[in-house]
Amino acid sequence: MIQFDEMSGSSGATRLPYRELSKWLSVTDPKLLAARREQAELLFRRIGITFAVYGAQEAAERLIPFDILPRILSRSEWTRLERGLVQRVTALNLFLKDIYGAGEAIRAGVIPGDLVYRNPGYCPEMAGRGTPHDIFVHIAGVDIVRTDDEDFYVLEDNARTPSGVSYMLENREVMMRLFPELFAQHRVAPIDDYPNELLATLRSVAPPRAPGDPVIVLLTPGQYNSAFYEHSFLADKLGVELVEGRDLFVRDDVVYMRTTEGPQRVDVIYRRIDDDFLDPLTFRPDSALGVPGLMGAYHAGNVTLANAVGAGVADDKATYTYMPDIIRFFLGEEPLLKNVPTYRCREPEALAYVLDHLSELVVKEVNGSGGYGMLVGPHASRADIETFRAKLKANPDHFIAQPTLALSTCPISISEGIAPRHVDLRPFVLQGANGVRVVPGGLTRVAMTENSLVVNSSQGGGTKDTWIVDDTLSTDS
Amino acid sequence: MRIKIRHRTTYRYDQPAKSTIQHLRLTPRNHDGQHVSHWRIDVDRDCRLRAAEDAYGNILHRLTAEELHDSISTLVEGEVTTFDTAGVASGAVERFPTVFYLRETSLTAADENIRDFVLACAGSRQSLLDRLHGWMGSLHDGMIFDPDATHAATTATGAFALRKGVCQDFAHIFISGARILGVPARYVSGYYLRSDTHEQVAGHAWAEAYIEDLGWVGFDPAHRLCPDERYVRLAVAPDYTGAAPIRGARIGGGREEMDVAISITATDSHASQSNQ
Repeated sequence: MIQFDEMSGSSGATRLPYRELSKWLSVTDPKLLAARREQAELLFRRIGITFAVYGAQEAAERLIPFDILPRILSRSEWTRLERGLVQRVTALNLFLKDIYGAGEAIRAGVIPGDLVYRNPGYCPEMAGRGTPHDIFVHIAGVDIVRTDDEDFYVLEDNARTPSGVSYMLENREVMMRLFPELFAQHRVAPIDDYPNELLATLRSVAPPRAPGDPVIVLLTPGQYNSAFYEHSFLADKLGVELVEGRDLFVRDDVVYMRTTEGPQRVDVIYRRIDDDFLDPLTFRPDSALGVPGLMGAYHAGNVTLANAVGAGVADDKATYTYMPDIIRFFLGEEPLLKNVPTYRCREPEALAYVLDHLSELVVKEVNGSGGYGMLVGPHASRADIETFRAKLKANPDHFIAQPTLALSTCPISISEGIAPRHVDLRPFVLQGANGVRVVPGGLTRVAMTENSLVVNSSQGGGTKDTWIVDDTLSTDS
Repeated sequence: MRIKIRHRTTYRYDQPAKSTIQHLRLTPRNHDGQHVSHWRIDVDRDCRLRAAEDAYGNILHRLTAEELHDSISTLVEGEVTTFDTAGVASGAVERFPTVFYLRETSLTAADENIRDFVLACAGSRQSLLDRLHGWMGSLHDGMIFDPDATHAATTATGAFALRKGVCQDFAHIFISGARILGVPARYVSGYYLRSDTHEQVAGHAWAEAYIEDLGWVGFDPAHRLCPDERYVRLAVAPDYTGAAPIRGARIGGGREEMDVAISITATDSHASQSNQ
């Protein structure tokens, strides 16, 4: 496989979006880069941006590695991506509205009914229920990879509670402090509008009967959650209250927040709690994180939950394989972003092929996330492959498999100099009653280890700032 | 048969509670095997009671009590006329295609032990109905009824590992095994008229499995019976959590104690004959 590097392409000639950066690197003293790396580390420590890793021995919070070199996309590349993202998330929303409503996609044979009804993300309590303004996916994180100059692929859709946007915003702030000279040389599209855009999205989906200035809160499972930093960061940027379940209560199907001035009615809940924990009267009875009676208020149309309950069907990797058809069915358009060709192990022929080619394929659990429970065939030991073979045979429905793509690389700065590492991109797509929008950029995740393809922060991946730069305006200086 | 039911559930708190919310699935609906002649709910506190239908088509009452209280007692009572339908529950409200009930839930997920057991006792039989009868019989014989071994949150695999449990556990294990056999299956909560006593301390639970040509067929592995006119159906769901007679949450109240008193009697002469 020919490696495509986003700076040096496949041939070694510097690609246009990286022209300035490449020039700058060639004249910059490696000592300066080393100093900037240290400075970056210090800045992140001061900010206190951490990520708790589940299952790690030391279980301590730690910094996600940050690379100081920006990942750059041209404006024209971005425009293509953006159109594809808007199309995809629009279709995802129509799909969710349909599976909980009219059920046309299943009836038309676009997706098998059992994949919907047996999906753990499918929420029976949402059947026949609408959501305010028919929006199910308010915030989506769509994971994108590229393999060459032309092709972008969607790796997965995250419509449950996608995280990482705080890193996108913090990375930019840190970069602006570290490299003002680079920002002077590039026209980098600003992303600092994201909190405003998010706020506008959340306001737009308030229940129709809510007052003109709806009360919005961010509901967190609490400080022991791995993404708590992001929850408090976003609440702060949005200027809304950060609440836990115990700060809210429901009376007469209306949600209230306890405040020092008495109960305050709540109209929109940006919830970062999984469905299962939202309401102990409806979901897990042992959950102390949620709000008893919340689903009653939701069904009565008195509160908006973002994202909607039951949106997790869209995260499922088996659903993913039907996305191109879902886009065609609901929008009557050809998908603009490609899907990675995927073997559905539930289909006997596909399963047979996968079992014969495990060492070449990536095998994923359909409901897995964060890189857990995944086999990367070319990098796996024989024992790992055999373990997976047994799992696959026992529960073929639970898995999909994909060829290992030749993921693009980007240069990162390490003590030995500049080295290519594999990257992906998670742009954040906002969908409200006011339309679908994408802030120009996203979270670039980097596999910090040489040749590794696993970019998940839970698996030692790092992040980079992502720049969308104007094609024509990167001038010689 | 006419069955008279009186079912009181009392919660006592060791400190006063500021508010209580309960979800009650304590109202039977009509289907071909039962006709509800009359039914009422009575709560011994000032409260709001709102009726709705839940996701599975069960009648759900949402109760809210907001004055300080150190106990709350809910009485349901009424009369249901039942018919023997050979276990088939037809004419009931169905909200999902049957494939929905193949879904795995945390309480009914199977493990290797359940898988091996169900395949050994049901795998080779001819018809689906035979296989399910075989499964019900083996499960009944393989388990010991023990009210102290498990609790409301015990999973099918947990109870099966102990080989002990109550009707809820029997039903969960049955459902788990039926789904292994590729059969949609669900949990049913309800009442069972006993011949030995009228007074009971708990409701009953069993399972239903979907068989093409027959529809939903009840299996009660705790009694090794397919439901007949002695059974009254209250609610169905993929597992106990969706069909539980009462689920509650409260603010304040400290520790709680729950007391259940159920009286189930037959009110016509026909009853005494079919009560062996």
